[in-house]
Amino acid sequence: MTIVTRRRLIGGVAATGVLLSAPAVLGQSRPKVVVIGGGAGGATAARYIAKDSKGAIDVTLVEPTRRYYTCFFSNLYMGGFRDFESTGHSYGKLASDYGVNVVHDWAIGVDRDQKSVSLAGGAELSYDRLVLSPGIDFVDGSVAGWSLESQTKMPHAYKGGTQAQLLKAQLDGMPEGGTVVVVAPPNPYRCPPGPYERISMMAHLMKQQNPTAKILVFDPKEKFSKMALFQEAWANHYDGMIEWVGGDFGAVEEVRPDAMEVVVDGEIIKADVCNVIPAMKAGVIAEKAAVTNAKGWCDIVPATLQSRADPNIHVLGDATNNGDMPKSGYSANSQAKACAMAVRAELTGSKAFPPKFSNTCWSLVATDDGVKVGASYEATEEKIAKVDGFISQTGENADLRKQTYEESLGWYAGITSDMFG
Amino acid sequence: MTAKQRTATALIIVLAGLCGAIWAGAPLSAAEIGDPVRGEILYRKCQSCHMVGPDARNRVGPHLNEVFGRAAAELEDYNYSKAMRRAGADGLVWTVEKLDLYIENPKSLVTGTRMAFRGLRDAEERRDLMAYLRTFSGSPRDIPESEPTASPRDPEVDAAILAIQGDPDYGAYLSSECTTCHQASGDDRGIPSIVGWPSGDFVTAMHAYKGKARPHPVMQMIAGRLSNEEIASLAAYFQELQVE
Ligand SMILES: Cc1cc2nc3c(=O)[nH]c(=O)nc-3n(C[C@H](O)[C@H](O)[C@H](O)COP(=O)(O)OP(=O)(O)OC[C@H]3O[C@@H](n4cnc5c(N)ncnc54)[C@H](O)[C@@H]3O)c2cc1C
Repeated sequence: MTIVTRRRLIGGVAATGVLLSAPAVLGQSRPKVVVIGGGAGGATAARYIAKDSKGAIDVTLVEPTRRYYTCFFSNLYMGGFRDFESTGHSYGKLASDYGVNVVHDWAIGVDRDQKSVSLAGGAELSYDRLVLSPGIDFVDGSVAGWSLESQTKMPHAYKGGTQAQLLKAQLDGMPEGGTVVVVAPPNPYRCPPGPYERISMMAHLMKQQNPTAKILVFDPKEKFSKMALFQEAWANHYDGMIEWVGGDFGAVEEVRPDAMEVVVDGEIIKADVCNVIPAMKAGVIAEKAAVTNAKGWCDIVPATLQSRADPNIHVLGDATNNGDMPKSGYSANSQAKACAMAVRAELTGSKAFPPKFSNTCWSLVATDDGVKVGASYEATEEKIAKVDGFISQTGENADLRKQTYEESLGWYAGITSDMFG
Repeated sequence: MTAKQRTATALIIVLAGLCGAIWAGAPLSAAEIGDPVRGEILYRKCQSCHMVGPDARNRVGPHLNEVFGRAAAELEDYNYSKAMRRAGADGLVWTVEKLDLYIENPKSLVTGTRMAFRGLRDAEERRDLMAYLRTFSGSPRDIPESEPTASPRDPEVDAAILAIQGDPDYGAYLSSECTTCHQASGDDRGIPSIVGWPSGDFVTAMHAYKGKARPHPVMQMIAGRLSNEEIASLAAYFQELQVE
């Protein structure tokens, strides 16, 4: 019912929109862009739109947290390779150096007909173009027995911030010879190598401080990203510490957060630490804006990242169903630049070139042992399609692995300054 | 003072003494500065930008033959940063002492230098590196034959491709793909800086990746799908960009 009403409303507005749109944009002093979500996609888009339009576009970024803690490199924090603060970034320069209006609040609704966003604090923001980069939320009930209320007992640590600290504290406090259970997510999910880099980093930490501990991984998937590389590393560096159970045997029947139990194939397993990474969908604000598909992700027009449901809304990053690009910070940053160019072209008539997309995901598997996978992509009518790719090889020498790790440090410094200035 | 600090201080005093001696009287031989063999290995950090030896020419950075005793920004056919030219005009000459300071932290000696190198903190490493460079000053006496494999050269790029005039505005747009990793500030942690590169070097390097003569898989992928015009535009853009 709601959907029908909405469609009719949009239809009605679209007709008058023809008359209104030109004066609406030209009449006001500056066209307005609202960006929801100050992460890899949103911060980059806000910065590039503001920077390249040289003040011609009024950019507002809505983000509830004052400091963005990157999920990328949170695993290195878990392994003891970085301190937590080094993964935090402020929005100060976006405001001071680029003139982005940064509003620390939650967006709680999008009125597509009025083209306005409502904030938890009560404000309404009108827009000519809305950019949504809200990241992910979890699918209710995807792991039986787990809900958001369980996240203090069985953390997901799959969104930036305190969850990573909590999981790390639990690992540090684990009894000698204890058991860590990791419940891995089904496809598609953010950062395909993420859970496996995390398992490597957990094992690294345990090897230092709790060498008889065990890590049990239950995975609904038969195979995963960079699998041969991770398995090589687990055998070489953490022999006997990690047990990975995949496919049908890896399906978890239920978790019991209060009892710290995991039920698999009728067997009850006691966990000292349990990291549950549930199934994912686009951040809920995308649902509220009614730009999600039946599977909970946002379909987009590949070249411009415009929502297939509403050309005034662009969706970036993890929330998209884009075709071949993985859900990564690198991808979100790459998509944000194509989106920024399209938004400027639409609002100020600046030139739009055919976008180029790329991605590389580095993972640290042990001290000075880095691996990577990457690809380049292009926009076709139907999807963002892979053009060419590469992956690290098993058996590479230590020098190359160290260089790959050092390169990832360079990438981290690069992408965070590309996001935040 | 720890033993280590004491040794370091002692070395600095010795070095300072030596510097006084060098340009006043007889020049120091390489061995008196440090270990040139170890210096040659350290020099790998420099060779992506600087050439030294018999057919060294200016690349991203000026060539380093006869660097001792050279005034800052002295080479006529190299496009120095404004900051370096100012330092030269102020009388900066590359003595062992000054080079030591510069290599330790380029930006603290010449703020605004285009040399995007974080610096060598270890005093002994700096002396070894200078000892190696010393073998290329006071020519022709000290210049050893360079080994053919010592410094791999990129394949020559067709003159017609080098001659393409890139559009820096288009390059600015394309550069957003580069700045995910290569910082616009010129910082070079883990990933080299590409800010302020002479466009010819940029074009040559990108074609070396495109043709897979240079091995890096990420760069092969990125360069692989750039057209000659796109490479020229990026080169034009990054050449103009100044270190912040
Ligand atoms: C453990 C782990 C390791 C990873 N490692 C890597 C890696 O090495 N390399 C890599 O490229 N990627 C990595 N990633 C993936 C990367 O973090 C994500 O793909 C990336 O952050 C996606 O960007 P985004 O803009 O879509 O979402 P996010 O970066 O999550 O940003 C979304 C933002 O939106 C805000 N938001 C959400 N809802 C609202 C609302 N209603 N109103 C206002 N604001 C809202 C959130 O607070 C958040 O700041 C990793 C992820 C994890 C979990």
